Amino acid sequence: MAELNLHAALPEIWVAVSAMVLLLVGAYTGDRAMRLIGLLSMLVMGVAIVAMLGIDVSTVPQLAFNGHFIVDRFAVFAKVLALIAAMASVWMSFSYAEREGMARFELPLLMLLATLGMMLMISANDLISLYVGLELQSLALYVTAAIRRDTVKSTEAGLKYFVLGALSSGMLLYGASMIYGFVGTVSFAGLSTALSGATEPSLGLIVGLVFLCAGLAFKISAVPFHMWTPDVYEGAPTPITAFFSAAPKVAAIALFTRVLVDAFGGLTPQWQQIIFAVSVASMLLGAFAAIGQRNIKRLMAYSSIGNIGYALVGLAAGTPQGVSGLLFYMAVYVPMTLGSFAVILAMRQKGQMVEEIADLSGLAKSQPWLAHIFAAILFSMAGIPPLVGFFGKWMVFAAAVNQGLYVLAVIGVVASVVSAYYYVRVIKVMYFDEAVTAFDRVDGSLKLVLASSLAVVVIGILFINPLQNSAIAAAASLFPE
Amino acid sequence: MNELLREYLPVLIFIIVAAGLSGIMVIASLVLARQKPDSEKLSPYECGFEAFDDARRQFDVRFYLVSILFIIFDLEVAFLFPWAVSLSNIGMFGFWSMMIFLGVLTIGFIYEWKKGALEWE
Repeated sequence: MAELNLHAALPEIWVAVSAMVLLLVGAYTGDRAMRLIGLLSMLVMGVAIVAMLGIDVSTVPQLAFNGHFIVDRFAVFAKVLALIAAMASVWMSFSYAEREGMARFELPLLMLLATLGMMLMISANDLISLYVGLELQSLALYVTAAIRRDTVKSTEAGLKYFVLGALSSGMLLYGASMIYGFVGTVSFAGLSTALSGATEPSLGLIVGLVFLCAGLAFKISAVPFHMWTPDVYEGAPTPITAFFSAAPKVAAIALFTRVLVDAFGGLTPQWQQIIFAVSVASMLLGAFAAIGQRNIKRLMAYSSIGNIGYALVGLAAGTPQGVSGLLFYMAVYVPMTLGSFAVILAMRQKGQMVEEIADLSGLAKSQPWLAHIFAAILFSMAGIPPLVGFFGKWMVFAAAVNQGLYVLAVIGVVASVVSAYYYVRVIKVMYFDEAVTAFDRVDGSLKLVLASSLAVVVIGILFINPLQNSAIAAAASLFPE
Repeated sequence: MNELLREYLPVLIFIIVAAGLSGIMVIASLVLARQKPDSEKLSPYECGFEAFDDARRQFDVRFYLVSILFIIFDLEVAFLFPWAVSLSNIGMFGFWSMMIFLGVLTIGFIYEWKKGALEWE
């Protein structure tokens, strides 16, 4: 145990070293190297995925840095997902950044560093590495939200995100200090052993757990800690919003799951109540608050709040089946949200970005393929059966029902029906409303993302079994035999 | 629990003494000293002058940049002291840990230099 075992952390070390090299490249060549550095960042992430898959975690998890860092199948699954999401976001940001005058070489680098933070979060095996990973990710994200510092909206988004993010980090640290004070250890393994006894948990420990959950719920934008989400989503530049809605969500919810299931497995009845309440509130708010939205980015913000609620249904079940459902849900959610944002990035009229839902009217006539793809993605998000979105919801709800959480499953289905209204409304606008102005030609880079996400949404059902099996294997590594 | 609380007794005594002492100072000056306020005595002053202007005004962002950079490198030096003192105990592992840390900081330094953050004009 007491050893470095650096090879388990090799992907992270590779990303960190490459990020620093790329920073120097950028410092010497300037902003014109943005696209080069972006492509190299994507390459770095791709190599990290390959290196990650090369780590042998099939039998026992690999520990590094004296047990502060863990690589198991759960970590590999979540990290690969987060890395793919980050790669797609960097890819989508190029032409937008060049057109909108935010082509700074720091942009892809900050995304790379945020991704490094996410990888550390997913592999965190004690409260200190949890916090360090979380802060590395968050600090980079605050800056990317405000990368267009000459526009009021972007700076407002960055400032809001920073202030509220700092507040949530404070809550998380307070909770962590309470936990340390009452248990005497910060390592997840130590917490798990200390809490496995049948004794009544002390009140201070429960208070610490609640604060820790509040801090983490903020990061995944679960109700009641969601207030920042619509404003930040709307204010941040669109490719950055796409990034926010995909990769950090995967990392934060994976971290949340590991903390609760691994470290606090002995307190399952206690945290189950918290997750239950947060999940119900997120699903309902995500469904009802999105109805009145006119801005498509705000709509996506509420949609992501709702989707996090559905994913948390799996966590609320607290079983291997629930966690595998959660992982499956996130694996399906990421391509859907990235595809939606690719469509939003294509919403450009005469060189100007537009963000109103009404601007989509008549899209089926002017750009039928864009409309078809967006319709497929939206139907999938609404959970219409032949598309993969349905299977994600089905798996988390099935896990909840198997644990006797009927109320949670019923509320989930009701919220899903309500949310179908606003997804289908967008489809109605695209297909049945009169066109105002046609959109400009879609960038080639966006077409690739659109095609991939369409492929996942439609053809993905053929690959449900392998994906589900790897999600089950990943979830099993969190639960002791 | 009582054992735990007893360890904090000095802190409690300290709080009471601090609050009591500062309370006595405020109240004693109100009760014992002669109070003859006039507008000159009540107005704020800087080193004997009238206040020139409001303290909450816009200032050049470069002051902020310099102070932030100062804090970063100041902390780095503060971090070096315990490392230097305990170097004989932590061996090569400790030495190389600090070297990696300094390497990362150096890259940050090169970046800020190339970005022109250190130039005033």
